[in-house]
Amino acid sequence: MNERTLLRIAPWVFTIGFFLLWEVLCAAFKVSSYVLPRPSQIGAALWEYRTQLAFHSAHTLWMTVAGFIIAVIFGLVLGMALGASRLVHAGSYPLLVGFNAIPKVAVVPILVIWFGVGWLPAVLTAFLISFFPIVVNVATGLATIEPEVEDVMRALGASKLDIILKVGVPRSLPYFFGSLKIAITLAYVGSVIAEYNASNYGIGNLMARASADFNVPLLFAALIALGVLGVALYAVTAHIEAKTTKWAQRSQFATG
Amino acid sequence: MSLAENARPAPSAAPVFVSLDGVTHAYGTSNGVPAVEGLSLSIRKGEFAAVVGPSGCGKSTLMKLATGLQFPREGSITVAGEKVVKPVKISGMAFQAPTLLPWRTIIENLMLPLEVVEPHRSRLRAHKAEYVARAEALLAQVGLQGMGAKFPWELSGGMQQRASLCRALIHEPQLLMLDEPFGALDAFTREELWCVIRDLHARTGVTVILVTHDLREAAFLSDRVFCMSARPGRIIAEAAIGLPRPRELDVTYSPEFADIVHGLRGHIVHARSA
Repeated sequence: MNERTLLRIAPWVFTIGFFLLWEVLCAAFKVSSYVLPRPSQIGAALWEYRTQLAFHSAHTLWMTVAGFIIAVIFGLVLGMALGASRLVHAGSYPLLVGFNAIPKVAVVPILVIWFGVGWLPAVLTAFLISFFPIVVNVATGLATIEPEVEDVMRALGASKLDIILKVGVPRSLPYFFGSLKIAITLAYVGSVIAEYNASNYGIGNLMARASADFNVPLLFAALIALGVLGVALYAVTAHIEAKTTKWAQRSQFATG
Repeated sequence: MSLAENARPAPSAAPVFVSLDGVTHAYGTSNGVPAVEGLSLSIRKGEFAAVVGPSGCGKSTLMKLATGLQFPREGSITVAGEKVVKPVKISGMAFQAPTLLPWRTIIENLMLPLEVVEPHRSRLRAHKAEYVARAEALLAQVGLQGMGAKFPWELSGGMQQRASLCRALIHEPQLLMLDEPFGALDAFTREELWCVIRDLHARTGVTVILVTHDLREAAFLSDRVFCMSARPGRIIAEAAIGLPRPRELDVTYSPEFADIVHGLRGHIVHARSA
C-alpha cells in the first residue's frame, strides 16, 4: 500500500479505532452507562432520538450560520476600517481586545434580558464570539501591503479606495478565509452556549433537557451530532478557502 | 537592431523635464537630520539620468520627491512644467523587488496601471483586446512572449523583474523611475536587463531616473550621472557620459569606460569620507 492511500484511509482508521478502543475499555472496566456510555449505546441513542437530533441540529446549524454570516459582514467592514486607517486601528484595538476577552457565556443573560428566550440570543452569541478573528485577520492583510506596491499605486494617482480594492482586499483574502475556519467553529460554540441557556430548540437545549433527565446516552449522542456538524462546517469553509485563494497556497508551496 | 536613436532630440538640447531646486526633506522619525538637504538637479526630457551615492544618502527619498509621494520641507520640485503638489501620475516605477501581485497573472499585473490611470481607466473595459495586445507586445519586447498567462511565482527572478519593467511602462509614462531595479539579480541577468532597459529607453524616448549603487550600470545606461553625498544627501558631482549610443555591452570592457567608472568611484569615496 503506498503512502497516498495510507494517508487517505488514516482518518477513518484512527476514528474507528478510537471508538473501538472506547467500547472495549468500557466493557473491560464495566463502566456504568450513567458515567460514560459505550459507543454502541450512544449509537442506539442516536438512532432512537434521530428525528429530535436532526430537528435540533438543523436549528443549531441555522443559528450558527446566521450568526456567522453577520460576523463575516461585520468583520469585513470593521477589519477594512482598521486596516485602512491607523487612527481607527489605534483607537479601537484596546476596546476590541477587551471585548474579545469577555467570556461570551457571560453575555447570554444580558441578551436574554434584552431579547427574551428564543433564536435571537443564539444568533447574536454566535456573531459576538466569532467576529473578532475575522476583524484581526482582514486588518492584518490590509495593513501589511508592501510599501513599494503602495508607492507604485500612489505614483499612478490611485486613490486610497483604489489601493484597498485592487491590492488590499485580494491580498487579505487568504487571511480572511483562514479566519473563517476559526470563526465558524467559534460561532458554533456560541450558538450552542446560548441554546443551552436560553432557547427552546437546538442541540444545546436538547442537551440541557437530557442532562436534567440524566439521559446520559442522549447527551453523548448530542455531542456526537455536534462533532459531526462541526467537522462538516469546518470542511465547507476550508473548501471555500482552498478554492478562492489557490494562488496563496501555491506560491507558498513554490517558494517554500 | 534598429534603435530610434536619431528620432529623439539630443538630451543636451531638450527642455528640462524634472527639476529639483534647493530641496530639503526630513522624515519625522529621523531626529532632525534631513534625508536630503539643499538638493538641486535638473534632468532634460528624454534624458537617462543615474543617481549614485553611498548607502543611506537619500537616493530613494529623491525618487519619492520627484514622483510626488513625499513633499519637501524646503525648496521646490517641478515635473513636466508643473510644480509637484500631488503624485505626478505620469510616472512609472520599478524597484529592487518585482512587487508583482501574486494573485494576478502577468498580463493582469500589467493591466494594473491601466486600471488606475486615465484615460485608460475608463476605456479599459470597452477596449480590452487592444490593451491586452499592447501588453503582449511589451512583453515580447523584453523577451517574455507567451508568458502572459503565467503567475509571477512561475517565473524566475529575472523574468519577474522584466515583467515589473513592463508594468512600469504599460501606461506610456513620460517619466520612468527605477530604484535599484537590478540589485537582486545575478551578474548575467543584470547585464541582459541593462540591454532591455537601454532598448526600451531608445525606443520610447522616456525620461529615466535610475537610482543605483552599481557604477558600471550607471555609466553604461545613462547620459548623465549624479553623485550624491552621504546623509544629508545633495549632489556633489555630475558627470556627462559621452559614450556614443547605441552602446553594446562590449563598451563596458573598454579603457574609456573603465576611466569613467574610476572617476565616479573617486566621487563616491570622497562622499563617504566627507
